[in-house]
Amino acid sequence: MDLNITVNGEPWALDVAPADVLLDVLREQAAVKSPKIGCERGDCGSCTIIMDSRTVRSCLVLAIEADGHEITTVEGLSFDGLSQLQNLFLANNSFQCGFCAPGIVLAATELLERTPNPSRHDVQEALAGNLCRCTGYEPIIEAVLAAGDGGAS
Amino acid sequence: MVISHEFDYRRPSSLDEAIGALAEFPGSARILAGGTDLVAWLRDDAVAPDLVVDIKNVPGLGDIVLDGTTLSIGSLVTFTDLIESEVIEEHAPLLSEMAETVASTGIRNRATMVGNICSAVPSCDAGPVLLAYDTTVHLAGPGGERLVDINDWFIGLRETAMTEDEVVTRVTIELRSHGGVYVKLMRYAGEDLAQAAVGIVAYPDLDYRVAFGAVAPTPFRSTRIENALRGSVLDEALVAEAVELVDGEISPITDMRASAEYRARMTEVMLDRGLWAAVGRLSGTGPDYGERVI
Repeated sequence: MDLNITVNGEPWALDVAPADVLLDVLREQAAVKSPKIGCERGDCGSCTIIMDSRTVRSCLVLAIEADGHEITTVEGLSFDGLSQLQNLFLANNSFQCGFCAPGIVLAATELLERTPNPSRHDVQEALAGNLCRCTGYEPIIEAVLAAGDGGAS
Repeated sequence: MVISHEFDYRRPSSLDEAIGALAEFPGSARILAGGTDLVAWLRDDAVAPDLVVDIKNVPGLGDIVLDGTTLSIGSLVTFTDLIESEVIEEHAPLLSEMAETVASTGIRNRATMVGNICSAVPSCDAGPVLLAYDTTVHLAGPGGERLVDINDWFIGLRETAMTEDEVVTRVTIELRSHGGVYVKLMRYAGEDLAQAAVGIVAYPDLDYRVAFGAVAPTPFRSTRIENALRGSVLDEALVAEAVELVDGEISPITDMRASAEYRARMTEVMLDRGLWAAVGRLSGTGPDYGERVI
């Protein structure tokens, strides 16, 4: 089936089967590797992408469902250098292995777009579905809170 | 791990077209809305349809409308839509309290409330709340529209009153002044399914609705507990009497998320706290909606 999608601002015309999952198609046919293959059942958040301004689990979306939609991954956030949020993640040493990082960057980006000055509870709630096995989450939460403080500093 | 079998995919742009597609594949078609259950089940080979009918392009199914006292929620309304809706916030905040407990943002952005009751797993969060609201489910099929009382909706594990040639278009709730609560027991916030759940609605004329989730093969309403409460103002003795009835009403199992014993004891505590919260909210003295009582 014909699949027309925009990935990070670039249009793609792809040929997919109905059973193809969006996560696999993005990685194998649309040249983005930041969405990670983790639990593949919507629990871990490592396959998170932004579809039409909302985060979704790309492991639970059929590729063909995305026809006509716009997709943003971490690659698309960084055309003009790292975002302020990404820089704060670096400054806070928020990640170690980095496997969860793309999903968390996107989940936090969505949060900050809708709630520019989130509370700690807001941040915890927004990231509750993104598992990190390295850090214990604190340096991640601190970075998002700092980004919220007016993008402050 | 990929989806291991093939199927056809259609994305109809009208309800008639959707019903026509289902009729072409009797018994072997599945409806796709948010897909957060369906795609997981396809991956697990728990379902193996020949046709997947994606209803996201069918117009009118994504609306939340309050018409007089009738609240209508379309089958494409996501949990995030409920949380962000001003109509819901003002008239039925119990729905957003429930929606906020569903999995994570990334799931809530996609998963629909109607899909939740169509999947009909015992722990489905929408179940107890829609039962407590005396909801009506609206189905469209080859013979036109059919209405199903939510009390007749849940037939068994992952089994509903919907027939294979039908599509749910919306659910409706008749609203009047009420206080409600959704009490969900989880191991941790974010992603977890209910270990046990209680949905309660209290009305000013001392009528009560009490429904449970995750403690029986389906979500269900306990008319026995409701009858014990009806006509009385809550007091310690009455709540104790209601709590006393819980054990005979539920049939919890032991699984990886909780033991049957733990579920049973906690359901009693949740009913106790839930009743006070619902009645408190009715009189404006209860905890804010969204504030957890367990």
